[in-house]
Amino acid sequence: MPDYDDREARAFVSRRRFIGVTASTAALPLVGGPARAETAETAAAPVDPSAPVDMTLRINGERHRLGLDVRTTLLDALRDHVGLTGSKKGCDHGQCGACTVHVDGERVLSCLTLAVAVGDREVTTIEGLARADAPLHPMQQAFVDNDAFQCGYCTPGQIMSAIGCVKEGHADNDDAIREYMSGNLCRCAAYPNIVAAVRQAKAQMGG
Amino acid sequence: MRPFSYDRATSPERAAGMLVGTGSDAGSVQGRTPAEYLAGGTTLLDLMKLDVMQPARLVDIGGLVGRYGDIAIDDRGLHLGALVKMSTAADHSGIRDHYPVIAQSLTLAASAQLRNMATLGGNVLQRTRCNYFRDTSWSACNKRNPGSGCAALDGVNRQHAVLGTSTDCIATYPGDFAQALLALDATLDVAGAAGGARTMRFADLHRPPGATPNVETALKPGEVITGFHVPAAPWTRRSLYLKVRDRQSYEFALASAAVALDMDGEVVRQARIALGGVAAVPWRAREAEAALTGKRLDEAAATAAARLAFAGAVARQHNGYKIALGQKTVVRALLQAATLEI
Repeated sequence: MPDYDDREARAFVSRRRFIGVTASTAALPLVGGPARAETAETAAAPVDPSAPVDMTLRINGERHRLGLDVRTTLLDALRDHVGLTGSKKGCDHGQCGACTVHVDGERVLSCLTLAVAVGDREVTTIEGLARADAPLHPMQQAFVDNDAFQCGYCTPGQIMSAIGCVKEGHADNDDAIREYMSGNLCRCAAYPNIVAAVRQAKAQMGG
Repeated sequence: MRPFSYDRATSPERAAGMLVGTGSDAGSVQGRTPAEYLAGGTTLLDLMKLDVMQPARLVDIGGLVGRYGDIAIDDRGLHLGALVKMSTAADHSGIRDHYPVIAQSLTLAASAQLRNMATLGGNVLQRTRCNYFRDTSWSACNKRNPGSGCAALDGVNRQHAVLGTSTDCIATYPGDFAQALLALDATLDVAGAAGGARTMRFADLHRPPGATPNVETALKPGEVITGFHVPAAPWTRRSLYLKVRDRQSYEFALASAAVALDMDGEVVRQARIALGGVAAVPWRAREAEAALTGKRLDEAAATAAARLAFAGAVARQHNGYKIALGQKTVVRALLQAATLEI
């Protein structure tokens, strides 16, 4: 069990958040705010859909209490409100895989996931794979060793997806790796090196 | 994305009540219904971002997975809970062994991430990929905006359907799993408001576009799919899903075929054929099936059956190739299924 560091309204305020904040999407102060509880199974009581929703996300072993517009995707919550910009926004429509994260250990697309719908499931992003003072995750090291990227924009999604690919048992051969990594596009076309990286990491992950 | 309110359902009856309680009615325009169920969200959130769907309320049914997330196989057949994830069913060893067409139709759909998110119930309700439907800058779309016309009829219609279309809509049903269910005579369980549960034939779920392409299914307001049942039959093991597309993976079908065969040596006792990528709804090729009964399954018989399957096809400017491609797909699927070692 991870030991959660429950820092309410975490004092992680990125420059991006100050610049990018708008009236409808602001992470509002949680003191005395009009936040609705997201767990209530309300009847047809009138609600103001633009009121922020109070939610707690478990991300990389830490709890983050947030007040977000209910429309906020997990990707936007991570990037714009928690300050974890490793997960990338490519298409924002579930077609490119750049936003891939793990929810309860399964690779999913954070751009097609509502933050409010995550509930208390554990979110792992590229930032959560290895501590700053520890060695890289075998998949991260394999991408470095095999030069499995050029511009790097798709890489966090590729790595998160590749870990899922190995854990699911879908990395037995190059054809399987290509098929089960097809949801991650790389416009630099580093595909042969990505396949090599997955193969290398699989051996080290015991997959 | 437009503002909406979000609620979690704790039971299907409550969920249906929430949906109906907001004033949804049968005549409401799909795409502007006041409330929608949220399960995997992979279609819904995509279309909400595109402003194609504008629900005022989402009822999240993901929490009902404990009740509708089971897979069971017994001598009566296969039961699939509606909230089973595509990836779970695709990798289920019993389904792979005894109902391979179902596992293959799921494995060949979407991407690994989407399959980890999308549920089986939501999968069969996914909306068309017609670009004129998905792009609101086109005003003419009878599915999105009834009575506005169809921009695809004389537009770029390479992806569009040749079977089951109407003069009001030629959008293709995009899914794969539905064809497997259709070929295997599946039924589905539905829950509604006030405990109104019912079972219906999967073949009755999708409605051909006709003059009302905005009405896509026979589900009543507030009804939610809770599960699927695939009856045990002699042909389920000799079954497969063949999908032809522009790229090898992570792409919608240009033509696909779900086939299942019960063979007596080289002779067909019964054949089941459902087509995807070519039709407005999941399409059962009953005439082709009947033509194969009692026949030795060789290339000539398969070709004759495939021709029957597309006898009523109507092509527009750019999709005529689908008639030939679809027939070749049926032939190859049948001949491959006939030689399966089971």
